[in-house]
Amino acid sequence: MYLIFAIVAGLVGGFLSIMMRLELAEPGLQYFSNPQTYNVFVTGHGLIMVFFVVMPAVIGGYGNWFVPLMIGAPDMAFPRMNNISFWLLPASLSLLLISLFVEGAPGSNGFGGGWTVYPPLSVAGHPGPALDFGILSLHLAGASSILGAINFITTILNMRAPGMTMHKMPLFAWALLVTAFLLLLSLPVLAGAITMLLTDRNFGTSFFDPTNGGDPILYQHLFWFFGHPEVYIMILPGFGIVSHIISTFSKKPIFGYLGMAYAMVAIGAVGFIVWAHHMYTAGLALNTQRYFVFATMVIAVPTGVKIFSWIATMWGGSIRFSAAMHWAMGFIFLFTVGGVTGVVLSNAGLDRNLHNTYYVVAHFHYVLSLGAVFSIFAAWYYWFPKMSGRIIPEWIGKLHFWVAFIGANILFFPMHFTGLAGMPRHYVDYPEAFAGWNKISSYGSYIFAFGLLIFFYGILKAFMSPVRAANSPWGEGATTLEWSLTSPPPHHQFETLPHISGDGH
Amino acid sequence: MARRCVQGEETIMIRWRNGAAALATLTAGFVSEAFAGTGQPSPWQLGMQTPVTESAIFLNNMHDGVNIVIALISLFVLALLIIVIFRFNEKANPVPSKTTHHTGLEIAWTLIPALILVGISIPSFRLLKMQIELPKADITVKAVGHQWYWSYEYPQDQGGGFGYDSYMLDPEGAKKANQPNLLAVDNELVLPAGKTVVVQVVGQDVIHNFAIPSFGVRMDAVPGRLNQTWFKTDVEGLYYGQCSRLCGANHAFMPIAVRIVSPEKYAAWLVDAKKKYAEIDAKPVQVAAE
Repeated sequence: MYLIFAIVAGLVGGFLSIMMRLELAEPGLQYFSNPQTYNVFVTGHGLIMVFFVVMPAVIGGYGNWFVPLMIGAPDMAFPRMNNISFWLLPASLSLLLISLFVEGAPGSNGFGGGWTVYPPLSVAGHPGPALDFGILSLHLAGASSILGAINFITTILNMRAPGMTMHKMPLFAWALLVTAFLLLLSLPVLAGAITMLLTDRNFGTSFFDPTNGGDPILYQHLFWFFGHPEVYIMILPGFGIVSHIISTFSKKPIFGYLGMAYAMVAIGAVGFIVWAHHMYTAGLALNTQRYFVFATMVIAVPTGVKIFSWIATMWGGSIRFSAAMHWAMGFIFLFTVGGVTGVVLSNAGLDRNLHNTYYVVAHFHYVLSLGAVFSIFAAWYYWFPKMSGRIIPEWIGKLHFWVAFIGANILFFPMHFTGLAGMPRHYVDYPEAFAGWNKISSYGSYIFAFGLLIFFYGILKAFMSPVRAANSPWGEGATTLEWSLTSPPPHHQFETLPHISGDGH
Repeated sequence: MARRCVQGEETIMIRWRNGAAALATLTAGFVSEAFAGTGQPSPWQLGMQTPVTESAIFLNNMHDGVNIVIALISLFVLALLIIVIFRFNEKANPVPSKTTHHTGLEIAWTLIPALILVGISIPSFRLLKMQIELPKADITVKAVGHQWYWSYEYPQDQGGGFGYDSYMLDPEGAKKANQPNLLAVDNELVLPAGKTVVVQVVGQDVIHNFAIPSFGVRMDAVPGRLNQTWFKTDVEGLYYGQCSRLCGANHAFMPIAVRIVSPEKYAAWLVDAKKKYAEIDAKPVQVAAE
């Protein structure tokens, strides 16, 4: 259900982004006669992709399904809480969609202040009720995620099969455990910040209003204290997924298991103390900026450990290039590209010329659109037989991969160039000089969208064909517990608890 | 045999270094000559706009260096992946190895990236200090961001004592002025070459951002907060920037244009401007209905 929800939301978010690329294909205003509508599309695209596509897919969908399977538990600890945490999401998405159609800024519909919702633009700049809907939507989505996080922590800490110590637990479960702690600790801060916005907007408080002694920068600190862990919330489950796929198809246990697990813990922990690298141009003091440069760079080390450990897992392996493996290897390379541009941006000095330019857009799309989204597709082609009992022909997954890989690179790589040349973000129109690379980017987005048609064709094909999946279709390399059950798994999986013995790695 | 290997490696290393150097010159050449615009972007540009202040030149050089480092890291990872694809596929290597640990290797891939980062951080901290620590100002001006235009104020004690608004020109106006569309403005910020200029940046209504890529300057214009940044350039010319903080509907249409002139011209401009803008201020407000 989470996955279907994510696919539907993904179509909405994708539609918004294609509209943006259509507009940006040529200089001048073609599709958006009111530039504010473009800002609304950008904001909607960001919020939907983050809260209603990536998070429900990796945490709600794959997490709830495979964490209990992998640790040998019958279900999540609180199935009914899981139920409410899912049903909050459609309500939340509805609120966000309603917000697109009610007045925001004077004379136009929807909230167009970016997913970061910075005041004063989000208070004085949008007197209409659009953002109030948006804030309530985020409250619901946040509550849903917090409930989910509590469920994961309880399940993983208490319901592992006998013999499965923490250090024998599959990496995907580790990833979800770290993710759940990040959610639990960061979301309340977001909830607080947007509640303060709500009272600033409607009840006359002035937390962020400088004319009454408030400070807009305070909001930025609060938002990014949530916002930075949020990006790891989106990518850590992907790390877990990719680890399993690489190990399965190399027919080798994961290399440096403990290093991999604790690298994720380290990324999660350090992720909480680097937030102000999103605020280098806000006018922070020299020493503050120095600290955040240093702390941010530290994150590159555990990330490097993960990249090299994946390669070492494949090294000496006997690799079968299945569709899922294509996506996982694509993930490793593209995530590396996105990671190294992150190192560039971590330098406050260099960021002076890159902050809020398309270079940043390229960076976070390489780690999220090409990182997190590739891990979602990788998991799709890996676990689809287990989830549905059906089989997507391998060639479809591979074709989808190549179309998406080529499309996404054509889409996002030129953004490095426009960003270096100085093109700012959130621009509905740009000077003539940026036209060339923008045109190319737009072509890339059409190619990527075409790939989605192949994706849906694969699902259709799988459900139309009579072929059924075996319990463990990927052979000897698939050693985690979910492959010991039927495909799809029965309702009360593991009626007798499995015993884990020996060294899993 | 061992000796020959070592020699071979050395030759490869030398070739590789030459190659890297050639690549660097090539990219640098591309960036600085063929494609980069001064004060504005140019079509198909690959790198940053030509820097004209000390800190922007530092910024560009450091970016060129770091860019080579990250390109090499990416290519290294790509090369490893390609090796893995060809050497360790099912056909080439039917029996997988059982290795899952190698302490030396794990320490190496923790320490080497850490050392690279320390290497990057040294120039990074120098650059940061150069940008943030304000030198003694020869001239101070104030830039105020509004929805959706900029206004500039020159203080009284430096021969100023006036302020004016700076709006984007419409497409015909830009064409007439022979300036790029969406960058050209009606009243530019005029400043002298060779002087240290401190810009005080503040927002009137929402947060804007005062950015000029060729100067390596970018500062948020936050309501209720007086941010300061600085630059000094010897190169006269017209330099454009664009608002870099989402500020509402016409965020894309409030460019910044700075004209750097000789100190003599600046003094003359100051006298003219004082008259011109004081007159505008003194005029009665015109009602739209007329």
